[in-house]
Amino acid sequence: MADTEKIIEIEVLRYRPEQDKEPVWQTYKVPFTDDMSVLQGVQYIKDYLDETVSFRWSCRMAICGSCGMMIDDKPKLSCKTFLRDYYPGKLRVEALKHLPIERDLIVDATDFMKKLESIKPYIIPKEERTLAQGEYLQTPQQRDMYEQFSSCINCMLCYAACPQYGLNPKFTGPGILALMHRYNADSRDGGQAERNELGYADEGYWGCTAVGYCSEVCPKGVDPANAINQNKMNSAINYFTRFITPGGADK
Amino acid sequence: MEVYKADVAIIGAGGGGLRAAIAVAEADPTLKIALISKVYPMRSHTVAAEGGAAAVTRPDDTLDHHFNDTVGGGDWLCEQDVVEYFVAHAHEEMVQMEHWGCPWSRKEDGHANVRAFGGMKIERTWFAADKTGFHMLHTLFQTSIKYPSIKRFDEHFCVDLVVEDGRVQGAVVIEIATGEFRLIQAKSVIIATGGAGRVFRENTNGGIVTGDGMALAYRHGVPLRDMEFVQYHPTCMPRTGLLFTEACRGEGGLLLNKDGYRYLQDYGLGPPEDKPRNKFMELGPRDRLSQAFWHEQQKGRTIEGKFGSVVNLDLRHLGEAYLRERLPQIYELAEEFMGIDPAHECIPVLPGVHYTMGGILADGKTASGLPGLYSVGECSSVGIHGANRLGSNSLTELIVFGKVAGDEAAKFAKATSISNPGAIEKQADAIQARALGIVNKADGTERIAVLRTEMAKSMESGCGIYRMGTTMQDTCNKIDELRQRYKKLRVDDKSKVYNTDWLLAIELGYLLDVAQTMVYSAINRKESRGSHQRLDGFEQRDDANFLKHSLAYYNGDGAPRIEYGEVKITKSKPGTRAYGAAGVKADEDRKKQGAANG
Repeated sequence: MADTEKIIEIEVLRYRPEQDKEPVWQTYKVPFTDDMSVLQGVQYIKDYLDETVSFRWSCRMAICGSCGMMIDDKPKLSCKTFLRDYYPGKLRVEALKHLPIERDLIVDATDFMKKLESIKPYIIPKEERTLAQGEYLQTPQQRDMYEQFSSCINCMLCYAACPQYGLNPKFTGPGILALMHRYNADSRDGGQAERNELGYADEGYWGCTAVGYCSEVCPKGVDPANAINQNKMNSAINYFTRFITPGGADK
Repeated sequence: MEVYKADVAIIGAGGGGLRAAIAVAEADPTLKIALISKVYPMRSHTVAAEGGAAAVTRPDDTLDHHFNDTVGGGDWLCEQDVVEYFVAHAHEEMVQMEHWGCPWSRKEDGHANVRAFGGMKIERTWFAADKTGFHMLHTLFQTSIKYPSIKRFDEHFCVDLVVEDGRVQGAVVIEIATGEFRLIQAKSVIIATGGAGRVFRENTNGGIVTGDGMALAYRHGVPLRDMEFVQYHPTCMPRTGLLFTEACRGEGGLLLNKDGYRYLQDYGLGPPEDKPRNKFMELGPRDRLSQAFWHEQQKGRTIEGKFGSVVNLDLRHLGEAYLRERLPQIYELAEEFMGIDPAHECIPVLPGVHYTMGGILADGKTASGLPGLYSVGECSSVGIHGANRLGSNSLTELIVFGKVAGDEAAKFAKATSISNPGAIEKQADAIQARALGIVNKADGTERIAVLRTEMAKSMESGCGIYRMGTTMQDTCNKIDELRQRYKKLRVDDKSKVYNTDWLLAIELGYLLDVAQTMVYSAINRKESRGSHQRLDGFEQRDDANFLKHSLAYYNGDGAPRIEYGEVKITKSKPGTRAYGAAGVKADEDRKKQGAANG
């Protein structure tokens, strides 16, 4: 972690809807030390070079999910991507792909939020329990079945990575499908049948073409591709059992 | 201006705001709730809480133990009746979170597991690995989606409360995406905006933690209580201030100075033992551990080098597999941000600002003196933290008092109606004009980043781990000066779309007001208690003169007026605050005393 101050060039894709017909690149020279993140570089620009550059950020520690952006064309959290890894070259930052740019590095998250709200992302109890009865029992092994998928920070990097979402924004997309699986896989939950109506629709699991880039870019190791794959399997089994089980599957 | 008519408005959608919203929705589904947040709810800073949430759970634990740990940990500046309520309702709220799906870590038998935390006599910290705040926040947010009466205003920035006829009747917000103003009319308002750690430079807090709600209530005459008590967390990352949870020590982590020596034994926390022991050594309270660091630094026993002055957090003996299971985020932070593998190397750490014990004066039911206004969470001073908060009490506070705030605000809303809509809209117009004045100022010269940096540096020197009258006076003068210079602030960005420059300017105004209450409350407290430690002749606790809450009242351009309020003592008379072997002895003495008196 050397302290000598070096200068790096950061190219920012600017888009101010009130004045720019289309996005334009703007270059800033930023002094940095080896422990500085790309986010700190962009913050330096806003603090000392150009107050009008706009971006979202908060926690600085890869848990709030605010600061995702394309860094040299790869979706990353800027708080845990480091300037030193781009030196002595320069780096380009721009808004996450596949999502409409609202301004500069800020994308419109409305579609993502709507999808999140649509999948019943809460426990639909298999059996009701009062507070006086205490907690539902869940072994560490049962917890392991969904824990990974509960770690999604909603940063939307996987949406910027997903070619299918780029082609068809109706596709529910990796992060939300992983979240759907998180609840379906929870031993306390009995809402699979309700959620599967969405999951098994064309925009659900089957919209995925198994490229797997979502899992590669996920900063929290959630592995949406795995969640989707497990459900494609379930969906296929469900489809066939429908013919042989009176009243259909999902029991 | 567009008007939205709500029954209850909630400002802030972190753990406290979300829990309150759900409570209102469950209390009466016909009440319309406006849940306002300057970020999407899951970005709220609750997300960054790591270690866990306290609730009496084990058979060998009692409510009295949790009460005594909290009141003693707070150096007897707690409202004891409120602490009694808090400890009694903690467990049911944990279970409620469990029913809503929170992925609590489990024991083999399927029950929720608990871990050790600093200053706690018995293990009682519920945890979800080391991402407890993250999981609680997402659980609450996702659960809130079930309730159709909760109307969210995501990315809406609150610029002021509307107070009419002597009570709060709404708030004015900016829709960040468009720059449009909205009046949220409401019969009751809950402030749940979190702390103000960004007043300082090296801190564990997210960029959004700027004291907004504290400043809003304060400007409307509600006092801020005990603002001098600012918690330094002893184990933070050098330079960024990012947090390494206390759970590192709860799981058995050690603190070592440059000689590899467990220095805490020199500061009344020993003797050291091989295994972690509750309320001993590394499991002492945060204020004492941060103070011990300061002394080590004075003695030249910290490690000097590329990270500045640090000590070592040693987790190596816990082994990679255990660390990955119990402290996965800590592992990731050390690896990715510092290039350190904590299974094989020590993590360099130092204290950083973490938490504001004080806040908006609230009674035990979260109500302020301004009718209709409630507060919950770090922004609030409901009275459970005193002069030093115990780790894992703050997440519990969010849900215990979030529910109370929701219930109370619902009751108030049902019993009242909007009094004078015309006057309220007129006020809203005036608020809009003032907020636009900040961005439209023609002759501004001062820069946001410059003022913010000067404030943070000055607060660090005046309101650090140890404090002196002279440096506090310098900080008083500096903050007074910065509040004047703030009036000449220049905002370069004139856009209506995502004008974060404008919002930063408004936040800076909030920060400066809150900073001023901290330093003026501090300089007036001529004793040492909890996180407020002086070196200029006031080194001892002074119960005769200062077993009192500080109350900072807004005074326009001038310095805040500082008054004092009584502390509610029910069953714990102020005693010696001791840890380690000395703490065991003090407990025995209290018991003997009790037996002799009884």
